[in-house]
Amino acid sequence: MESSFDKNALFANLNDIFLDLLPESLSWMAYLGTGLTIILIMVNAVLMLTAFGTYMERRVLGRFQTRLGPNRVGPFGLLQPLADLLKLITKEDLRPESADKITFFLAPVLMVTSMLVVVAVVPFGKDSFLADLNIGVLYLVGIPTIATVSMFLGGWGSGNRFALLGAARAVAMLISYEVPMIVSLAGILILAGSMSLVDVVQAQQIPFILLQPIAFFVFLVSASAEMNRSPFDLMEAESELTAGFHTEFSGMRFGLLQLAEFGEVVVTSAILATLFLRGWENPFIPADWQQVLPPQLWLIGKMLFFMLIFTWIRATLPRMRIDQVMAFAWKVLFPLALINMFVTAALVVAWPDPTYTQLWIMVGVNWAVAIGCLTGYTLSRGRHRQKPTESVRLVQIPAEVN
Amino acid sequence: MALPSESITINLGPQHPSTHGVFRIRVTLDGEVIQDIEPIFGYLHRGTEKLAEERTYTQIVTLTDRLDYTSSMINNQAYVMATEKLAGLEVPERAQYLRVLTAELQRVASHLMGIGFFLQDLGAMGTPLMYCFRERERILDLFEMICGARVTVSYMRPGGVTQEPPPEFWPALKELLSEFPHYIDELERLILENEIVVARTKGVGLLPRELAIDSSISGPNLRASGVAWDLRKADPYDVYGRMDFDIPVGSNGDSYDRFLVRVMEIHQSLRIVEQCVQQIPDGPIRSEVPYFFRPPPGDAYAHVEASKGELGFYLVSDGGIAPYRCKIRAPSFINLTALTEMLLGWKVADLMVIFGSLDVNMGEVDR
Repeated sequence: MESSFDKNALFANLNDIFLDLLPESLSWMAYLGTGLTIILIMVNAVLMLTAFGTYMERRVLGRFQTRLGPNRVGPFGLLQPLADLLKLITKEDLRPESADKITFFLAPVLMVTSMLVVVAVVPFGKDSFLADLNIGVLYLVGIPTIATVSMFLGGWGSGNRFALLGAARAVAMLISYEVPMIVSLAGILILAGSMSLVDVVQAQQIPFILLQPIAFFVFLVSASAEMNRSPFDLMEAESELTAGFHTEFSGMRFGLLQLAEFGEVVVTSAILATLFLRGWENPFIPADWQQVLPPQLWLIGKMLFFMLIFTWIRATLPRMRIDQVMAFAWKVLFPLALINMFVTAALVVAWPDPTYTQLWIMVGVNWAVAIGCLTGYTLSRGRHRQKPTESVRLVQIPAEVN
Repeated sequence: MALPSESITINLGPQHPSTHGVFRIRVTLDGEVIQDIEPIFGYLHRGTEKLAEERTYTQIVTLTDRLDYTSSMINNQAYVMATEKLAGLEVPERAQYLRVLTAELQRVASHLMGIGFFLQDLGAMGTPLMYCFRERERILDLFEMICGARVTVSYMRPGGVTQEPPPEFWPALKELLSEFPHYIDELERLILENEIVVARTKGVGLLPRELAIDSSISGPNLRASGVAWDLRKADPYDVYGRMDFDIPVGSNGDSYDRFLVRVMEIHQSLRIVEQCVQQIPDGPIRSEVPYFFRPPPGDAYAHVEASKGELGFYLVSDGGIAPYRCKIRAPSFINLTALTEMLLGWKVADLMVIFGSLDVNMGEVDR
């Protein structure tokens, strides 16, 4: 513990403050106090960002859909999340008779917990992080799977057939998308040579979004599937399954599920920013922009950018069908992720310790492979298909003149 | 190893986000695959046909507004045509043009709604729906100008139409006609070749030509199955005989064709409106018809090409001020005939797509 303590400036400073306050005999409590304080700050920061995220999402969706979005509560509707929260808390807590008490209680709690726990490994500054796990990347693909379990618990436990169908879809789909997601991260791990997120950020002389375009695409798509957002919102497909696995949840239980869902957007944006856009550092290649913003703001700015992209996808794309979604995961994303992994591995074998120029050559090779894959895919699709609009023609029947 | 599985039965509706009103389908599912369906309707039954027997011929117009409430103008038109046939009334030419003009505008509005909700059923989060509604709103504004109401218009009367359009109507209509094609093009660019839309709808919910004819399906659904049948051409009424327009005809009879036929019909409808504006003559808008009138005993049937299909009114008169019997041939209801054949074997997700692509309106199904 002490070793990670030393390089973590945030921890060390707070620890000193606590040590000054406490008598000698209680110095062990300083460690506890430091940890709890930072956890409190982090959790609240994520929750605040989530609340702002729901507001932003609704406003942006409104712009996309030629309407206004929430604009009544507070200036520009900024207090809307607060109003929603008050409304949800004061609602009656209903549990259907056919629901299973334990699973029905556990589902929302587990889901929020799994969302919040992921933040622990995201570094928000060079020396400030909650935990620098040496298996950080593994942790952040492992922990969110708890959400899958809780979805199934909620869907099955609520004793509703829509919910059951939604839950079954959720499990089938999320397990499929775990695979390309993890494989896509392999390329990054090979380049960074470490699973610690701090090391991954520091390894990005060039942001990995440039070095690993395929991995970025695969991760973005799988992540939006993991977050069950359009076009992969099958498990809560409103037009088919009413609300999917959370059909029966109401009041604050529903609130927690929604919180977890939007929270996952925030957390995934943080992960994307860390893995592909240099985390807390500036995203630009000349590094002397570092002083423009404090590291935390760089990170939050990038998170907002990704949240915007997720909203954009949600506003634009219709939903896919379950078999198409599965086929996409196994036939498109998984091979792509494998190709990326092999190409990256080959490049790293060729240049185990790349210079800056060699890194740029790697960028070129990876983009060439990405464009090649895209072209191949487009060609293979286009061969079988005529233009879709050709199936309807205009029949001319001359007008009678009378 | 094959695990034993049981089928489950779920009730979609009557309160469900995408049943377009209060439609209910009991679906038996094997996993995601539809094994059996049982459509149940009647939740919106208001007894329109019986009510019509208690109203005078003029009053019934308001009842027709509430059949397919997305295409009130066309319902009006079908009803007044049946009454005119029954009572032998003359309709001035200007009134005929006004009817065709408003009916075509209404068809555009109805198709926009059909397209919007179809895409909503595909899961498109309301964005295309809001775009469609934005355009539809402009047409409803025109209706408000012309008759004071936006949805339940009651614009037509036996023997003509109620009001002369106000002077500001014509410039507004010209502006709409010049801007509308751009809106539709925008919509087409966004969705017609969208990979997911095509993947979800191409080849889904096939309605073969023979089945479509055998189950007397009409309207865009029939044309998407490859039958060039449009009452505006096959049995021209009002001034449709003078209009120059084409009929979009599909070849596969799948959900995509039904959707695309509607999109293309919007262009044709706008063509008709343009011709109406050019050709419309001056003159009276209604022949002299008393508020109460007694058609001679007998019966009459009139049909129009409504936005959903062939809408027919069959009226029987016993010489009184109200019809003895009023039978409505509602296209939405009859278009549901082949629903079982179209749905079996598809997945739950397809159910909503296929149902949405039929574009039925529950106000008309239950009457």
